[in-house]
Amino acid sequence: MWDRNQMAARAAQELQDGWYVNLGIGIPTLVSNYIPDGMEVTLQSENGMLGMGAFPIDGEEDADLINAGKQTITELPQTSYFDSATSFGMIRGGKIAMAILGAMEVAANGDLANWMIPGKLVKGMGGAMDLVAGVGRVVVVMDHTSKHGDSKVLKECTLPLTGKAVVDRIITNLGVLDVVEGGLKIVECADGVTEEELRAATEATII
Amino acid sequence: MKKIYGSAAEALDGVLHDGMLIAAGGFGLCGIPELLLSAIRDAGTKDLTFASNNAGVDDFGIGILLQTKQVKKMISSYVGENKEFMRQYLGGELELEFNPQGTLAERMRAGGAGIPGFYTKTGVGTVIADGKEHKDFNGETYIMEEGIFADLAIVKAWKADATGNLVFRKTARNFNPPAAMCGKICVVEVEEIVPTGSLDPDTIHLPGIYVHRIVQGEHEKRIEQRTVRSA
Repeated sequence: MWDRNQMAARAAQELQDGWYVNLGIGIPTLVSNYIPDGMEVTLQSENGMLGMGAFPIDGEEDADLINAGKQTITELPQTSYFDSATSFGMIRGGKIAMAILGAMEVAANGDLANWMIPGKLVKGMGGAMDLVAGVGRVVVVMDHTSKHGDSKVLKECTLPLTGKAVVDRIITNLGVLDVVEGGLKIVECADGVTEEELRAATEATII
Repeated sequence: MKKIYGSAAEALDGVLHDGMLIAAGGFGLCGIPELLLSAIRDAGTKDLTFASNNAGVDDFGIGILLQTKQVKKMISSYVGENKEFMRQYLGGELELEFNPQGTLAERMRAGGAGIPGFYTKTGVGTVIADGKEHKDFNGETYIMEEGIFADLAIVKAWKADATGNLVFRKTARNFNPPAAMCGKICVVEVEEIVPTGSLDPDTIHLPGIYVHRIVQGEHEKRIEQRTVRSA
């Protein structure tokens, strides 16, 4: 089974040289620690920045320089800034090659739910609906099951959707699955996880 | 025409009325018009609708107007950091219209550009699309979203000249330009007012045509998630 960092390292293998990529909050943020040496990947922060750098060292935080998770960050030599309308213009316009996002539920047809639990948690979708609708490829990184052991990889999502048929690949603590015609296809199992275990933890149809 | 005012209260004098729609710049607590929000609290204007990406935190940003129950409705993409917001919303005291972040930004930009509606694929197949016109272009389905035409825009910039030409700083730009554009009247607070002619015309982020009133002041610029790495 993979831990958070191993999932992030696996997700980093999805990156390609020259890509502009948006990383979501949580485990996806960790992906930036595993960008292969020599690969040029530019990270977009949808609050208006291309070329996101590392967290600042203590004392160098700048209130005017944050990422989409509202964390203080730094700039890089190639950094550019722009307003939110321009930022989502490049997202909706298909200029961002890939988004790596967290999820609450994913369905066999690529439906994604990651923004709302009715009557319980009101936070909002932020930029997630725009990202999944606009970027070239959507990779979800999440735990395969809930705290109660219920599968989060479902036949159909039960929560309000973030996007319909938008997910291309699912990376979990148990393995990697692709959304294909007719269901999900196992790409690989995590270290120490058997195909049977992966299937047993998955409610969605695996073909 | 004089655009510079002596205080946030003076800059808002005569433009506030109960029930108005205000577009506010900012992302989280970054680049929010904190002085103008305080002045609106002090003015006591009620039943406000805010088009703003976030709703601040309990004691900063739009959160201070939630405390005083001056807000009737929020049009936002993410409100997760505000307990008072959640309490009022779940208690039915506050209306909330969730907009995807890019849709909200484009609605402001469109309103400012005289575009009453546009089609986007964001939100198709979700609750966001319920009741909205659907239309296919080149085999793909889009939904219509409407431009925002705000009664007032309140915006934070880094520098202004006396004519209202604005320069923003780093990610504090965010929603400020589109919010500024969609307001019938736009009031801007800045850290510094510089002599007209001292800003390089090629580096102006928002031309002064969008800006009606300017106030300079001291900003707290609170950090929401201070995150550092070891040196």
